[in-house]
Amino acid sequence: MKPLPALLPFLRRATSAVPLLSALGALALLGGCNTVVMSPAGDVAVQQSNLIMWSVVLMLLIIVPVMALTVVFAWRYRETNTEASYEPDWDHSTGLELVIWSAPLLIIIALGALTWVATHTLDPYRPLARTAPGKPVAATDRPLEVQVVSLDWKWLFIYPEQGIATVNELVVPVNRPVKFTMTSSSVMNALWVPAMAGMVYTMPGMETVLHGVLNRPGKFAGRSANYSGAGFSHMTFWTHSVSPARFEQWAAGVKRNRWQLDTATYLRLEKPTEKVPPLGFGTVDPTLFRRVVGICVKPGSDCMEGMSHAGPAVNDRAPRAGEAKGALTREPSEKGTAPHLSAPHGQAPGQNDPGADSNRNMTQLHLPAPLRANASQEA
Amino acid sequence: MSDDLVKTIFGRLSIESFPIHEPILVGTFAMVALGGAALLGALTYFRLWGYLWKEWFTSVDHKKIGIMYIVLALVMLLRGFADALMMRAQQAIAFGGNEGFLPAHHYDQVFTAHGVIMIFFVAMPFVTGLMNFVVPLQIGARDVSFPFLNNFSFWMTVSGAVIVMMSLFVGEFARTGWLAMAPLSGLDYSPDVGVDYYVWALQIAGVGTLLSGVNLLATIIKMRAPGMGLMQMPIFTWSALVTNVLIVAAFPVLTAVLAMLSLDRYVGTNFFTNTGGGNPMMYTNMIWIWGHPEVYILILPAFGVFSEVVSTFSGKRLFGYTSMVYALIVICILSYLVWLHHFFTMGSGASVNSFFGITTMIISIPTGAKIFNWMFTMYRGRIRFELPMMWAVAFMLTFVIGGMTGVMLAVPPADFQFHNSLFLVAHFHNVIIGGVLFGMFAGVNYWWPKAFGFKLDKFWGTVSFWCWVVGFWVAFTPLYVLGLMGVTRRLRAFDDPSLQIWFVIAAVGALIIAAGIGAMLMQFYVSIRDREKLRDTTGDPWNGRTLEWATSSPPPAYNFAFSPVIHDLDAWHDMKQRKAERPTEGFRAIHMPKNTGAGIILAGLSTVFGVAMIWYIWWLAALAFVALLAVAIGHTFNYDRDFHIPAEEVVKNEDVRTRALQSAGV
Repeated sequence: MKPLPALLPFLRRATSAVPLLSALGALALLGGCNTVVMSPAGDVAVQQSNLIMWSVVLMLLIIVPVMALTVVFAWRYRETNTEASYEPDWDHSTGLELVIWSAPLLIIIALGALTWVATHTLDPYRPLARTAPGKPVAATDRPLEVQVVSLDWKWLFIYPEQGIATVNELVVPVNRPVKFTMTSSSVMNALWVPAMAGMVYTMPGMETVLHGVLNRPGKFAGRSANYSGAGFSHMTFWTHSVSPARFEQWAAGVKRNRWQLDTATYLRLEKPTEKVPPLGFGTVDPTLFRRVVGICVKPGSDCMEGMSHAGPAVNDRAPRAGEAKGALTREPSEKGTAPHLSAPHGQAPGQNDPGADSNRNMTQLHLPAPLRANASQEA
Repeated sequence: MSDDLVKTIFGRLSIESFPIHEPILVGTFAMVALGGAALLGALTYFRLWGYLWKEWFTSVDHKKIGIMYIVLALVMLLRGFADALMMRAQQAIAFGGNEGFLPAHHYDQVFTAHGVIMIFFVAMPFVTGLMNFVVPLQIGARDVSFPFLNNFSFWMTVSGAVIVMMSLFVGEFARTGWLAMAPLSGLDYSPDVGVDYYVWALQIAGVGTLLSGVNLLATIIKMRAPGMGLMQMPIFTWSALVTNVLIVAAFPVLTAVLAMLSLDRYVGTNFFTNTGGGNPMMYTNMIWIWGHPEVYILILPAFGVFSEVVSTFSGKRLFGYTSMVYALIVICILSYLVWLHHFFTMGSGASVNSFFGITTMIISIPTGAKIFNWMFTMYRGRIRFELPMMWAVAFMLTFVIGGMTGVMLAVPPADFQFHNSLFLVAHFHNVIIGGVLFGMFAGVNYWWPKAFGFKLDKFWGTVSFWCWVVGFWVAFTPLYVLGLMGVTRRLRAFDDPSLQIWFVIAAVGALIIAAGIGAMLMQFYVSIRDREKLRDTTGDPWNGRTLEWATSSPPPAYNFAFSPVIHDLDAWHDMKQRKAERPTEGFRAIHMPKNTGAGIILAGLSTVFGVAMIWYIWWLAALAFVALLAVAIGHTFNYDRDFHIPAEEVVKNEDVRTRALQSAGV
């Protein structure tokens, strides 16, 4: 352990030597502290942000000395400083080796333990045990159920208990746990309301679960956090956290809406659209969500077994009629033309028949006319 | 002509497939065409075609192939960086109803191309090029094990790059993100040519990567100089060995995944489709089984470069060589046990998530040990702050932050907030720019004198260094903050005006990096112009420690007239200490591999095959494939593969070296 005592004097001078990085670090800290991820409004996200803080603190225990020593050594042992000792053949020290392997190891043991516990308590599939520190959820309290379908490029929220549905608008009662059961109609997305809880993917033919709660009334941003094609940027929605009474009032308001989310409306809604204003449906086909998961909303199609973690993991249904055909098996006339997407194409027809050339170029689409008139002014 | 006939001849290619309505692309095309014509004209005017063909394109010399790999990486860096600038500009202006200057179909191609190009056609060729150039010299070999295969591998990589570049002007590139996740990349949701460009570019380049991995592995195992046991190998060669083990084990997975995706697209199978028994999650799962080792394939050679650089410029033996080697091996093994951390958010159970989170954290232990070892190599050294060493110190300070944010991402509940956010984007740029690129720049500055016989200009190198380092932090610190503000990646337009200032800062950072790239090109230009002033006649400009510095700069085609005998880890340092005499007589003829054009021809045919498949021109694909087989089989009948450099020429060469050393006073 010969060299260790010599290190100590350098440690003190270390922090002054990294002005640029500290300045940037300070700026980032200032910017980072007031962000939605670090000061969220829901208990799950708060616990996640605490975990982030703790992991940073644990790692800084080793990162700060490493950065300081790097700068100190680089300065102290520069070529022009002939006063510093020079030992060109010193290349091993069992003591030091022990330290440099065990110091990170100890930190990772601590962080690993923290991770194991936190990953289990904050498992998105696990019903919430509390809505806030010191406020446990009683066994009789049922969470608000919301079924989520990510469509091209909007969000459908079905409230099975209330028998209503909304598009691009999520309203939840404050302090009540919410259970999202999620799937997707075409490609993968991820439901993310950073103020409430972290994200979980929505996937076609599969079902995922996310639990969360909001502890403050207010309006919080939500969006898709997994790229899903041309309209992805505007696949956003507002989450309103309101008092239980307001929630009932709002649900009753939507309930009075004469628009129904039946099979035909869903199939129209499913077509790619962008920047869809909030919509409300007073009645919902109760089998709809299960049929979306089974990819069998279209009349006449067989439902497949969902790939939820509880169910069998194979979907063995035959391909949908009209599903895109492998290129090598096509007739010349079926090859298509692949015009460049910048070519003038008029208004995209907004279809989502699998394999349709127009599928992925929907940036200027508007809502199908019957639905456009239906935009809700609720909440 | 009937429509069917046209379709049979041209597939789905038509005049409509060209981006004549896209002013940015038309402008770019005009510039590329003008630049290309000027370059071709100059090559013709100066009668350089024959020289390039004989001395470079058909060369099987590992040094020339290494240099060509790095030229490819630098050219593609310019393309990939142009994409980066477009993204930064778009995100800096597209606020509050302003949709910016890139429509979705264009922007989505830009970020996809940026990722694909930077990983596959910048970082990979850089790493492979450096390993190709350095490894045989470091182990005292005359070339790699399979010199022709090396040439072929390089041209297959070029072929992939050509296909990606072609998508800029003929049709379009994928709009799926750089890993082309299913089911978005399936025929149902990406029916056009973009994903096909992606698949064939990566499949063809992947052949090159895999073969070059096999080649370097065989070289390191079988061709080390006498006396060089595994634990006497220079640490860069060790990192190359581990890297190539990773390449050989990981790249076939990528090939298999892409093959299944192309079967889905071409034959109508259902590997990754939503229905018909397909499972799109399996695509994510399998591509990350390749994808995670891939990041270590990129970073480990950079670690190797830093080990060499820190030891050389501190004038010291590398601290903890043995623990460095074991750290490499541990990282190599662990890198296969962490891939699931890329999709914690896909609904796996808590125990699975914790397992992969903790294995990920464990990787930081050997990585941390390596950082400490570099630090203690500097300790009690005599540090010369030449350019490579500056990059090394900047790396150490930058990389630890990237490592820290990496471990933050490895905590699954935290990852539920970080996944796909700009925090993640900042993290991986932190380790890829601050780790891989800084390492490659250190390597280029370090080994340039070996490759060309003169040093790189220090002034412009320093300018470039500061622009890169400062530019990196200015560009990516805002992205960390934006991630915490709940901003995801791949967004084209924003509603919240409070985000804009951070994107503007990031754009400024990108411009500073652009200045860094400009300064680097200037550095190359000035150095080549002033090469006589920067000339190094000793072959050992940095007072190096490993074998590559024992030979002349640039090294002769045969590298070493006699195979050196190794007694110590720092073999060349040891020779200098013991005042070992360089042999000046007794030279014999040297057996060498002969140049061949087969590699470039095969790669050219592969390009034609790929393009024909992309555009559904089946007859051309079949023709190209048959030709490919014919040339490959034909090449096996070419028995004229080697020659001897006559003893007189070796003597003449070595005498020149003797006189140069005498006049340099060594």
